[in-house]
Amino acid sequence: MSNPKFETDGFACRVVDMKKEYVLKSETVRALRGVSFDVPEGDYVAIMGPSGSGKSTLLNMLGCLDKPTSGSLWLGSDDVATMNDDQLADIRSQRIGFVFQSYNLIQQLTVVENIQVPLFYQGKSLSKAQQLRSIELARMVGLAERLDHRPTQLSGGQQQRVAIARSLVNDPFFILADEPTGNLDSRTTEEILQLFEKLNNEGRTIILVTHEDEVSKRAKRVVRLKDGRLQWDRQNSQEVREAAAKYAIDNMPVEV
Amino acid sequence: MNIWLGTIQLGVKSLWLHPLRSLLTVLGIFIGVASVIWLLAISKGIGDEAQRQIESLGADTIMIRTIKPPSEKMSAQGLTPYGLTREEFDLLSTSIPTVKSALPIRELRRQFQYRDRKLDGRLVGCTPEYFEVNRMEMADGHFISDAENFSMATNCVLSAKMAERLFWHEDPIGKRIYLPENQDFYFVVGVLKPKGATAAVGGSMAAQDFSNDVYIPIRTLHQRIGDMVMVSRSGSREGEIIELNQITLRVAEVSDVKRTADLVESALSSHEKMEDISVVVPLELLEQARTTRAMFMLFMGMIAAISLLVGGIGIMNIMLATVTERTREIGIRRALGAKRRDIIRQFLVETSVLSLAGGITGILFGLLCGPAVNGARALANIWFSEQMADLPEVVRTVQPSIVPESIPGAFLISLIVGLVFGIYPATRAAKMNPIEALRHE
Ligand SMILES: Nc1ncnc2c1ncn2[C@@H]1O[C@H](COP(=O)(O)OP(=O)(O)OP(=O)(O)O)[C@@H](O)[C@H]1O
Ligand SMILES: [Mg+2]
Repeated sequence: MSNPKFETDGFACRVVDMKKEYVLKSETVRALRGVSFDVPEGDYVAIMGPSGSGKSTLLNMLGCLDKPTSGSLWLGSDDVATMNDDQLADIRSQRIGFVFQSYNLIQQLTVVENIQVPLFYQGKSLSKAQQLRSIELARMVGLAERLDHRPTQLSGGQQQRVAIARSLVNDPFFILADEPTGNLDSRTTEEILQLFEKLNNEGRTIILVTHEDEVSKRAKRVVRLKDGRLQWDRQNSQEVREAAAKYAIDNMPVEV
Repeated sequence: MNIWLGTIQLGVKSLWLHPLRSLLTVLGIFIGVASVIWLLAISKGIGDEAQRQIESLGADTIMIRTIKPPSEKMSAQGLTPYGLTREEFDLLSTSIPTVKSALPIRELRRQFQYRDRKLDGRLVGCTPEYFEVNRMEMADGHFISDAENFSMATNCVLSAKMAERLFWHEDPIGKRIYLPENQDFYFVVGVLKPKGATAAVGGSMAAQDFSNDVYIPIRTLHQRIGDMVMVSRSGSREGEIIELNQITLRVAEVSDVKRTADLVESALSSHEKMEDISVVVPLELLEQARTTRAMFMLFMGMIAAISLLVGGIGIMNIMLATVTERTREIGIRRALGAKRRDIIRQFLVETSVLSLAGGITGILFGLLCGPAVNGARALANIWFSEQMADLPEVVRTVQPSIVPESIPGAFLISLIVGLVFGIYPATRAAKMNPIEALRHE
């Protein structure tokens, strides 16, 4: 499922010396102080770090929700840092998939309608193929029977799966997830992580922020931030990942 | 194109989340639009009624009436003749070129008798023009003719009610009625169809009820009854000397009416001292009535517009609350690719749906104005017949007449209200920073 629409050079995104400052009345908060790293297509990156280290800030930049104070963010051949508000919105609807800690589904829409929201803002009417694709995605996350349900009728894990299906509907460069399992119990966390693993095995690039070592060990690569800087960036060996997966399954609470 | 359809669908869905709230907001606009249509229709109905009454006098006529002068102008001893004279009638009818025809009228209270049946009524001396000027219709026989007037024939024409009450089932034509006060007989040559009363107009014309009338040629009246009339009123006898009670002039061209009226007034200027005549120009009354009506409708429209404004503020209030409440949703949509203008569009569509729903239902209800007023009046007549009888004439008779422009007008206004009062909440929603909106609880 590579993306033929845009030239990518094999990178999902490239971050070059990105800085972000928040200017407040009394002081200037330097949330990112120069971060550089590349994310090749098909990578699975976990961003870790203490609270306040700039993880969410970085993820918001990657998701084009905000512009860096300086530095560049290359998505394919475009430097997002120079774009205006409308162009950023186009990038978000066409190249990025978002998964949030609190699911963020729209209450008045059904499962399948929620999945289609990013397409709605691409400005064209839904094609038959897109209709089928959104239903297919719902099936993939195990919600084929619940297409017409409202978010309030779903459990947290189910809502998060709808959110993942939604993040995939526009066939994005990468999926961004800010603590996607933060609100879930260990069993549901495992469901979501397996879903991510499956997607990654299919070639999806995933970048997630997490506090939990168990989650970060399942990724291919861990990036650690501290005080707005990259502290370290390392690959998880295949053994570490498998061991973590096995551990999670072995220690799952028994259903009663 | 599709994004609009989708947005409208979405708007309806979002509004449906709070059905009661949306309904109350719609109600505000509904009441506003309906009251615009209703108030305009009712005030137009009232205005039309006044206009119709004036028009029934004829826009091409000028009426000069004899009125009783104030008592201090009358000499203390003896009888003072006053009012219009036959000489003046000849002057007016012959010397003003714009006058097409002239009608002299003399009216007296008299008693009429047939067999043993006696009735009080109005004896009207007139010429054939009377028939046309008052838009009368014959039920039987003919009206007074010029020949009858010229020959001072003792013929008369009865109003429908007079004929019925004096003759019951007999055919009145060819029979004689008796006037006891003058010991005189008149042959009935015609019976009129029933005719509604004309209402009083603007204070200068008393209401005219034609139902108790008996018409005879004016020359006959002059010859057989004369100008002096004695009336016994509560024991004492009062008299008056009047030649004519009214002269009605018809002007050939409506555009000449005002000029002619000025000429008439200057020709009759000798009456100024006595204050014993009044000149009524229906055309002028009509113009006055038109401006009065326009002012009245403007005023009513403004009252209705205020209720629309209140409805609009209701919309704005609800939309501001909605925007705050849905901050999170706005953040989600922005994160998923919505542009500022998509958010503006979404909220404007929602307010427009609210205001148009109110507008359209308001218009439908507004169209029911006529039947609703009549129905309500019919019910009120059944349940509160006594109180209804005491109400002013307009309340009992007014027929609302929907102002055609008020329909597209109300529709447009409700749309504008929706947009104007929706713009601020919508831009406020669009201005929000997506990251902060997403964090909103
Ligand atoms: N809108 C803002 N205005 C001002 N300062 C901000 C803003 N957003 C973030 N910051 C500051 O930037 C720094 C980084 O914040 P960020 O949310 O990225 O941390 P984080 O690593 O995600 O923390 P956590 O793990 O608690 O979510 C913090 O010091 C925070 O106070
Ligand atoms: Mg964070």
